[in-house]
Amino acid sequence: MSKIIVMTSGKGGVGKTTSSAAFATGLALRGFKTVVIDFDVGLRNLDLVMGCERRVVFDFINVINGEAKLNQALIKDKRIENLYILPTSQTRDKDALTREGVEKVLNELSKEFDYILCDSPAGIERGALMSLYFADHAIIVTNPEVSSVRDSDRILGVLNSRSRRAEQGLEPVTQQLLLTRYDPERVEKGEMLKVDDVLEILAIPLLGVIPESQAVLRASNVGMPVILDEVSNAGLAYSDAVGRFLGEDIEHRFVTPQKKGLFSRLLRRSA
Amino acid sequence: MSSASQVAERDVPFQLRGNSFTMMVLKVFAPTSPNFFTQLNVKVRQAPNFFHNAPVVLDFDDLPEAIVFDLGAFVAQVQALNLLPVGFQGGPQAVREAAMNVGLTPMPSGRAAKLEEVVKAPDPRQPDQQAPVAAPQVLIEVVHRPTVVVTEPVRSGMRVYAEKTDLIVTSSVSPGAELLADGNIHVYGALRGRALAGFSGDTNARIFCHSLEAEVLSVAGNYRISEDIGSDFYKKAVQVFLRDGVLSMDLLKTG
Repeated sequence: MSKIIVMTSGKGGVGKTTSSAAFATGLALRGFKTVVIDFDVGLRNLDLVMGCERRVVFDFINVINGEAKLNQALIKDKRIENLYILPTSQTRDKDALTREGVEKVLNELSKEFDYILCDSPAGIERGALMSLYFADHAIIVTNPEVSSVRDSDRILGVLNSRSRRAEQGLEPVTQQLLLTRYDPERVEKGEMLKVDDVLEILAIPLLGVIPESQAVLRASNVGMPVILDEVSNAGLAYSDAVGRFLGEDIEHRFVTPQKKGLFSRLLRRSA
Repeated sequence: MSSASQVAERDVPFQLRGNSFTMMVLKVFAPTSPNFFTQLNVKVRQAPNFFHNAPVVLDFDDLPEAIVFDLGAFVAQVQALNLLPVGFQGGPQAVREAAMNVGLTPMPSGRAAKLEEVVKAPDPRQPDQQAPVAAPQVLIEVVHRPTVVVTEPVRSGMRVYAEKTDLIVTSSVSPGAELLADGNIHVYGALRGRALAGFSGDTNARIFCHSLEAEVLSVAGNYRISEDIGSDFYKKAVQVFLRDGVLSMDLLKTG
């Protein structure tokens, strides 16, 4: 039985797509057959971050509309076994997402895959609602600042009231927090919210803290999920988060500033 | 849009709306008993303000089929105690007809919940005032609206309205969330959103919270925004209420 995960946040630009790409890759690396779906119709990005933008022929909307078969639209990752991408349309808008169409595609995917990861667009409108409606599990991507926390709180309310599980009175969607772009030094100076501050307001379990890292932008630009960058803190933090998601007991790291010696200060620019 | 509806309201001389009212039910067991009104009078005197001009529904369900009594005089005597009989429930056919003739409305019978507070034990200062075994029984019942209890966090953008009753939240209320209650509001987590008690105008309503970090507090339309909540009360256990019509706050003594 496949599990449907939604990566969502309410607010834009907090790292949903980066996290979706990293998480899907992490699950596939551990041997689970995984597909990641881009729900951001009209603002297609996932294919870029996954480095498969030049292989998109058919997309999610074509499949919903019956213009293409699912296998024609699914793109197999070239680096990792078991990893597939279902890109979205750049020319259509969110109205192309119908509940019946999305359900049909998800049902078909669930026959084949262990994990279906839905990359939600920003906002709480149709695109976001469709991406979370069928979810069994939600990963809430939040930055350590007040507006992102408030929007995450809002989307948690939406999950609790407008998801399929909520509407049908089933077991609620499980929810975990992924705190991204965390800069321990700025937190220490009081310029960012602490992990505990965010947890106090959102009151959901912590899946992981991803440190602010230049590796993320670098990875996006070359179309490589950052989890594959095994020397970056961000890559390691995503890998830990995937482990925790699968039930492993892994201690949180990168939440306090690293002590800097003379040597690392000299080398700071190249870090 | 709004101007159009205002015009419509002016052109139409009335509007029909459904509403529900809380009323006491006076269960009548022995209307002919000589002690009936003295006993009822004792009850009413226990809470004169509560009973003053209170609408009551007379429940004749437990009357014996063959009972004969002057319903008009009975109703007049109930009125003399400043209770306002407005309707009736059940009873033998003859009693029902008589009740209709004196202008009482037949009410659909629904089971009322017992309100413990109203029926008090006899006054301990008069221990000898024991009701004789054959004394008529007067039981007053009030339709009870259960308190709304929320155990999950109330998230930003969510709105919870406890209509005609109290609201209890055992979790936290996030910024951007809104609590409304016609009665009191209790929050046992942190109150970070808005809380509006006495939403339909009850000036006796209060807000109780474990950690006051609210955006807006209001009782019966008298409000205070977070800027005006002093640091003495911030993150403290506080009750909010109207003191002489002014929104006031008191620290709650805990522990």
